[in-house]
Amino acid sequence: MNRRLFLHTALAAAPALSVAGRLFAAPASTPRFLCVFLRGGYDCANFLVPWSSSFYYEQRPRIAIAKPDPAITDGALALDSDWALAPAVRDSLGPLYQQRQAAFIPFAGTDDLTRSHFETQDSIELGQPVQTTRDFRSGFLARLAGTLNGSTPIAFTDTLPLAFKGDSGIASISLQRGGKSPFDATQTATLRGMYTGSHLDSAVREGLELQQEVAQAMQEEMQAANRGAISTKGFELTAERMARFMRTQYRLGFVDVGGWDTHVNEGGAHGALATNLNSLGKGLATYAEALGDEWNNTVVFVLSEFGRTFRENGNAGTDHGHGSVYWVLGGRVNGGRMAGEQVRVAHDTLFQDRDYPVLNDYRSVLAGVFGTLWGLGPQQLEVIFPGARPLDLKLV
Amino acid sequence: MHNHALRARYLAAVAAGLLVGCAATPPTAPKAANAADMPWLERLTFGVNSGVLAQYQKLGRNGFLEAQLRGADEQLPDAVAQDLAQPAAGRLDAAQLVLSIAAEQKRINSLPEGPEKQAARQKLNEQGIQAAYEARRRELLRAIYSPAQLKEQMVWFWLNHFSVFEQKANVRWLLGDYSEQAIRPHALGHFRDLVMATLEHPAMLQYLDNAQNAAGHINENYARELMELHTLGVDGGYSQHDVQELARVLTGVGVAAAQAPHLRPELRGYYVRAGAFEFNPARHDFGPKILLGHPLTRHGFAEVSEAVDLLVHQKACARFVSRKLAVYFVGDDPPAAVVERMTQTFQDSDGDIVAVLRTLFTSRELAAQAGRKFKDPMQYVLSAVRLAYDTRLIQNMHPVTGWLGALGEPEFGHQTPDGYSLQDAAWSSSGQMSRRFEIARTIGYGSAGLFDPENGGAATVVGFPLLTTPVYYGALAPSLSAQTRNALERARSQQEWNLYLLASPEFNSR
Repeated sequence: MNRRLFLHTALAAAPALSVAGRLFAAPASTPRFLCVFLRGGYDCANFLVPWSSSFYYEQRPRIAIAKPDPAITDGALALDSDWALAPAVRDSLGPLYQQRQAAFIPFAGTDDLTRSHFETQDSIELGQPVQTTRDFRSGFLARLAGTLNGSTPIAFTDTLPLAFKGDSGIASISLQRGGKSPFDATQTATLRGMYTGSHLDSAVREGLELQQEVAQAMQEEMQAANRGAISTKGFELTAERMARFMRTQYRLGFVDVGGWDTHVNEGGAHGALATNLNSLGKGLATYAEALGDEWNNTVVFVLSEFGRTFRENGNAGTDHGHGSVYWVLGGRVNGGRMAGEQVRVAHDTLFQDRDYPVLNDYRSVLAGVFGTLWGLGPQQLEVIFPGARPLDLKLV
Repeated sequence: MHNHALRARYLAAVAAGLLVGCAATPPTAPKAANAADMPWLERLTFGVNSGVLAQYQKLGRNGFLEAQLRGADEQLPDAVAQDLAQPAAGRLDAAQLVLSIAAEQKRINSLPEGPEKQAARQKLNEQGIQAAYEARRRELLRAIYSPAQLKEQMVWFWLNHFSVFEQKANVRWLLGDYSEQAIRPHALGHFRDLVMATLEHPAMLQYLDNAQNAAGHINENYARELMELHTLGVDGGYSQHDVQELARVLTGVGVAAAQAPHLRPELRGYYVRAGAFEFNPARHDFGPKILLGHPLTRHGFAEVSEAVDLLVHQKACARFVSRKLAVYFVGDDPPAAVVERMTQTFQDSDGDIVAVLRTLFTSRELAAQAGRKFKDPMQYVLSAVRLAYDTRLIQNMHPVTGWLGALGEPEFGHQTPDGYSLQDAAWSSSGQMSRRFEIARTIGYGSAGLFDPENGGAATVVGFPLLTTPVYYGALAPSLSAQTRNALERARSQQEWNLYLLASPEFNSR
C-alpha cells in the first residue's frame, strides 16, 4: 500500500484551491482513511482482554470478562496466548482479525497526563507537542488534508471536530438525520449570495451541496428498504451512510462515537460497555462490507483519549486512566496481530500504580501509518505532527 | 383569533411582502431608539422584541442595563405566569421525586417478567420523557417571554456551565427542580452559592456519580469536574493528587434515601439532610487532607464547604469564570484587558456575578465586537421566534425543542459535563449552516405547529409570520449589508423574504 502519488509538489506554496479540495479528481487508487474517535475514554481492558494475566482477574472481581472457554458462550475470544476479544465484538471484529484485516496496538496513547477528557481529546485532535502553547486553529487531520492533494476530507459529525480545524473550510455533516432539500435553485443561489466573500462562504456552499447529497442517499435507502432490505439504526446506520460517501467522493473521514465514560456499572461480557462495543463493532463490520472493493483501499483507525483505571472502582466501573488500545482495520492492513511495544500486564508494570502505561505514542504511530500510506517524507510528517518521531509498525 | 382577523393579517402580510423591496422609510420606525445601541441590546437579550424596545426607550441605556442586572423585573405575561403555576410532572420537589421514582423502579423490578412489567416500565419511561420535556418547555417559556432577558441568558449559561444530562440515572425527573432550586435563585447572585447549590443537588450528584463516592469506594468523577469544569479550569493549578484529595473530601456527599442511616453516636452530629441532599458521615473519609497545598482544618460537611471556599477564592477560578462569560457575550477570543478587569471585579466582590457582568456590559471591548458573534442555536432559535411572534404566546413548544435538537443544542441534552461549546466555530460548520437555513425556512413559511395546542384542539394561529415589524425596522434593518438587501429584494413572496432575513449573516450574529 505504499504509494507516492499524491504529494503536493510545492507544499509550502499550496494555496487553498477549493473547498475541501474538491476541484481535484484524485487518482482512483488514492487510499481512503477514516478516523473513529471514541469519546469518553473507552475501557480497553474490557475490549482487548489480557486473559493470561491473573492480575486482571484479581483487580476486576465484578467486571472481568471470563477467559476463552469453549464451554461458555460469554467468554472472551482468544487472539493469541495473551490477548482475547470481548464477546460483544466476537462476531463483528473476530472475523476481521482472522482474515488479518484488523490489528490492535495495546499501550497506545498520549503523553498528556491531565486525565481530563476534554484536555486530552483536544491534545489528540490538535496533534501538537503537549508541552507547547496550543494553536486551537490547527488540527492534525486538517494539516494532513493540506499536505495531500485531493484528499477530500469530511467529518460525519454535527460540528466540525478540532482535528479538522484549519484554514480552509472542511465539510461536516451528521448522517443521523436528513431529508429532502427544501430549496430550489434560485433560493440556493440567493442564500449563497448573502454569504459571498464572508468567512462562512465555503461552509454555506458545502452545506447546501451536502444537504442535497444526503437527501439523495436517503432516497436510495428508502427505495432499498421498499425492496425488503433490513433497516439498520444507531452507529450501524451512520456507518452504512458513511460508506456511501467514502466509497466515492471523500477520502479522509472522521466520525466520533460517545458513551464510553463508564464510571458506574460498566458490566463485563454484558452491560453498558458491551452494548456500546457491540454496536461499534457491527457498525465497522457494516462499513467494511458496504465499501465493497474499496475496503481493500481503506484504513480505519480507532482511538480514544485515554484508557481507564486497571482496577475496577467502588461502583463496578472504572475511572480515567492513561494507556489505551488502538485499532487498525482495512482490507489490506497487516492485521491478525498485536502491534507496537508491549509489556506483560502485572502490578509492577502499571503506570502510577493505576493505569496501562503508554509505550506507543499516538503521534508516532499515526505518522508511521501516514508515511507509508501516502508516501510522505519526514518534512511532510513534521508538518502534520511537529516534533514527533514516526514509528513504522508495518501496519499498512 | 377570529377568522376575518386572520384573513386581514394574512392580507397585510402579503401586502407587506410586496412592499418590502421599495419601503425606504417605513412609517412604523420607532424614533427614540438609538441605532448604535441595538447590537448591545441584542447581546443583553435573546433577541430584541417590542418589550425590550419599550423598556430601553423608557429607561435609557444605563437604566436598562441596571434593570437587567437586577433581574427582578420578572413580570411575566399573565398567560405565561398562569401556565408556570400549573402543577405538572417534574414539578414535585426533588426530595419527593427521588424517593417516588426509586420506589416505583423497585416495584417494577419486583414484578414477574411479562406484559404487566413491560407496561409499567413503559409508562414510567414515558413519564420521564414528559418530565424532561416539561422542564425544557418551562425554561423556554421564561427565556422567550420574560422581560428579565439577561437573567434568562444567565440561567442558560449556568445550566450549561453546571451541565447535567437528562439520560443519566434518574436525572430527567430532576431537571425542573435543578433549574428552579439550584440555578435560578443564584443566576445573578454569588458564584459560590451556585457551586454549593449544584453540589447539593441530586441531579448533579447522580450525573457525576458522587452519590456513589464513599470512603473505600472512591469515585473521582465529580471531584475532577468540580475543579476542571466548574471552578478552576484545566490549567487552574491543581494536580491528579488534588483530584484524589477532593474526591476524599466529597465522600459521603450524596442523595437522601427514604430512611436516615443508623449512625454510631459519635457520627450523628455530622449528619446533614436537606430535601433530597444527604451528607452521610458513615460514608465519609475523616482522614486528614491537603488540597492545593492547604491542609483542610474542618471536618465532615464543613470540610466540603471549606474546600469549596478554597476553590472559589483562587484567582484561577475568578479568571476561568470571567473568561467564559466574556467568550459567551463578547467573542471567541475576548481581549485580555476586559477579562482581567472582570477577574479583578470577581475577586473584589467575592464572586458577585452582577458586578462582573456590569464590568463586561459597560466595557469598550464588548461594544467593539458588535455584530460579530455568531449566534449559537439557542440564541438563534429564540431570536427568530421573538421576532416572528413577539409577545404572542406559543401554544406548543415541541417545534422549538425540535429545532434546538436538530441544531445540536437541546437543553439538558449534552452528554458530557463540559456543556455546549461557546465558540462560534462549533455552530457554523457546513452541515449546521444548511440545517439552520432549513429551520429559517420552517419558521418563515408558516406557524410550524407553534400554535397547535399540546392537548389537541385547533390551531390558534395559521399562516406565516410577518417579520417586517417595528422591531425589524428599528433593530435589524439598519445593519443589513447590500448583499442581504439584494437578496431580500429578490424574494418572490413574503415567506421567501422571511427565509432570507432569518438566514442572513446579520440575523445569524449579534
